[in-house]
Amino acid sequence: MNGVRSAARPMPGWEHFAHVADIGVRGFGPSMERAFEQAALAMISVISDLSTIRACETVDIACRAPDADFLLADWLNAIVFEMATRNMLFSRFEVTITENRLRGRASGEAVDVARHKPAAEIKGATLSELKVTQTSDGRWIAQCIVDV
Amino acid sequence: MDINTFSKINDNRWEIEPRGKMRVPAVIHASEALIRDMDDKVREQIVNVATLPGIVSAAHAMPDAHWGYGFPIGGVAAFDPAQDGVISAGGVGFDISCGVRTHLTGLGRNDIESQRNKLADALLRNIPAGIGSRGDITLGKRGMDDMLAGGAGWALSEGYGEARDLEFIEDNGRADGALPRHVSQRARQRQCREMGTLGSGNHYLEIQEITDIHDAETARVFGLVKGECVVTIHCGSRGLGHQIGTEFLREMAMAAADYGIALPDRELACAPIESEIGRRYTGAMRSAINCALANRQILGHLMREVFHPFWPGLELNLLFDVSHNTCKPEFHIVSGQRKTLYVHRKGATRALGPGHPGIPEKFQSTGQPVLIGGSMGTESWVLAGMESSEDTAFSSACHGAGRCMSRNQARKRWQGRQVVDGLAERGITVRSPSMRGVAEEAPGAYKDVSEVVLASENAGLARRVARLKPVICIKG
Repeated sequence: MNGVRSAARPMPGWEHFAHVADIGVRGFGPSMERAFEQAALAMISVISDLSTIRACETVDIACRAPDADFLLADWLNAIVFEMATRNMLFSRFEVTITENRLRGRASGEAVDVARHKPAAEIKGATLSELKVTQTSDGRWIAQCIVDV
Repeated sequence: MDINTFSKINDNRWEIEPRGKMRVPAVIHASEALIRDMDDKVREQIVNVATLPGIVSAAHAMPDAHWGYGFPIGGVAAFDPAQDGVISAGGVGFDISCGVRTHLTGLGRNDIESQRNKLADALLRNIPAGIGSRGDITLGKRGMDDMLAGGAGWALSEGYGEARDLEFIEDNGRADGALPRHVSQRARQRQCREMGTLGSGNHYLEIQEITDIHDAETARVFGLVKGECVVTIHCGSRGLGHQIGTEFLREMAMAAADYGIALPDRELACAPIESEIGRRYTGAMRSAINCALANRQILGHLMREVFHPFWPGLELNLLFDVSHNTCKPEFHIVSGQRKTLYVHRKGATRALGPGHPGIPEKFQSTGQPVLIGGSMGTESWVLAGMESSEDTAFSSACHGAGRCMSRNQARKRWQGRQVVDGLAERGITVRSPSMRGVAEEAPGAYKDVSEVVLASENAGLARRVARLKPVICIKG
């Protein structure tokens, strides 16, 4: 399953990668921030079709970590926490990162089982295959495996 | 996986001798065919486990082992606190104390058949399942602390289940030494509306028919009669366990270097048992075990409430309740010495043999019931702990079928409705709030569990008692 992306130019996008028991989420972007936003979209699409989720309510998220890898895990886990405790799904993310501090906004709506048809809840973002890197063409990649 | 990288000890025991940073051998208990089908990552991960400080005897992989995070799913490893042994949040996993319980119904297949659709509808209505479902119980601070310390006994005191249930839950339904003060506010927040919920993914409630008996005497003691039905519930510690796993995994991964532990994989995040983090995690993890035990006790009660209008007075006795993601302190004999070891079982079931003091009087002659969940379209099994399991793998056995296909592959191959219709033709009623979830859990996405349990028996881990076939399945 893929979001819109291009290998030639550093356009934002996302994809899933294989793990036999669970699923890998990978975001791409011209900056680390955009890659983090896309990784979050990849994670939500493990649960539901993104196009069914209306972005009508916004939640602020803040995280801080010693490096970019842990910051990604913290960001995804913060989203998992907000989804679980607010009973919401999100379909739009905005991220700014300064010196390993992340400020994010997640927009979405309350879970509507009939419309969202959620497949499985996410238990957490793992440290497996956790990687935030910039490729030689300038594109950022942010990925990890999520436990379903 | 390339079998040639292992030394064959016998048909169901294959070893890698310690090399490099390995402190002990890595052992896979499985048939050659099962090993050939395993991902290469299983070998990499079990070898990594063998490098951890204080590991005793060997790092074990069960017949259903597959690629996990840090530890393989189906990994067993014991650590000695007296030798700077570690406790690993990665070695327990996110769904702390995820497990299976089976209730006996005494009802024949025909009894279930006569109420099939009404019963399936009533179960779906009354067992909160899937994303967005909430339980009727809301826990405040005091109730939460009592639940985290009390486990299934707490649920009983709140009116869920029967006093006779507790004897038939591992450790009588309560992990000693839980320290709820080490359970974070965020973990509590995730749980306050999730008590008595099934969850999603591979969690289910299933009515199953006992179709084959392999060990007549043990089946008699367990109360398993061919042609009768049982109810099996598979779920865990819900949001609380997931959050504790998430938080300690991060903290242990960051602190490992401070303890001089070189992690071959961050997901193996661990800390010395006798360290400040180790003690905090142990206290929090045991609280999560109690949460899972309380949760399954509540679900067992909700299930009884669904059955009673159909069959008033039906006892629905608990056969047993096992957990398969845990770390527990246990006595084991190592090189002739009795030691307390911290045994991690990640996707592995404790399987105590006959005569073990840790199992109820009723099972002293047979060994502990070991409950193996298959997939919804195929079969599940009841096994019994064997004496040989103690020396083979610290009294452990497999836990389920294990996936052989990713969720995305499964979704590409099948549609939920098609899976439901196909199963209906084979006499299996599936009810789920999510058709996509059903597609991802399609029977074909799982390994053949009969191969796994046969290997378990041949490896001396747990012997086959009865085969169960699904009749009604409620999927989260």
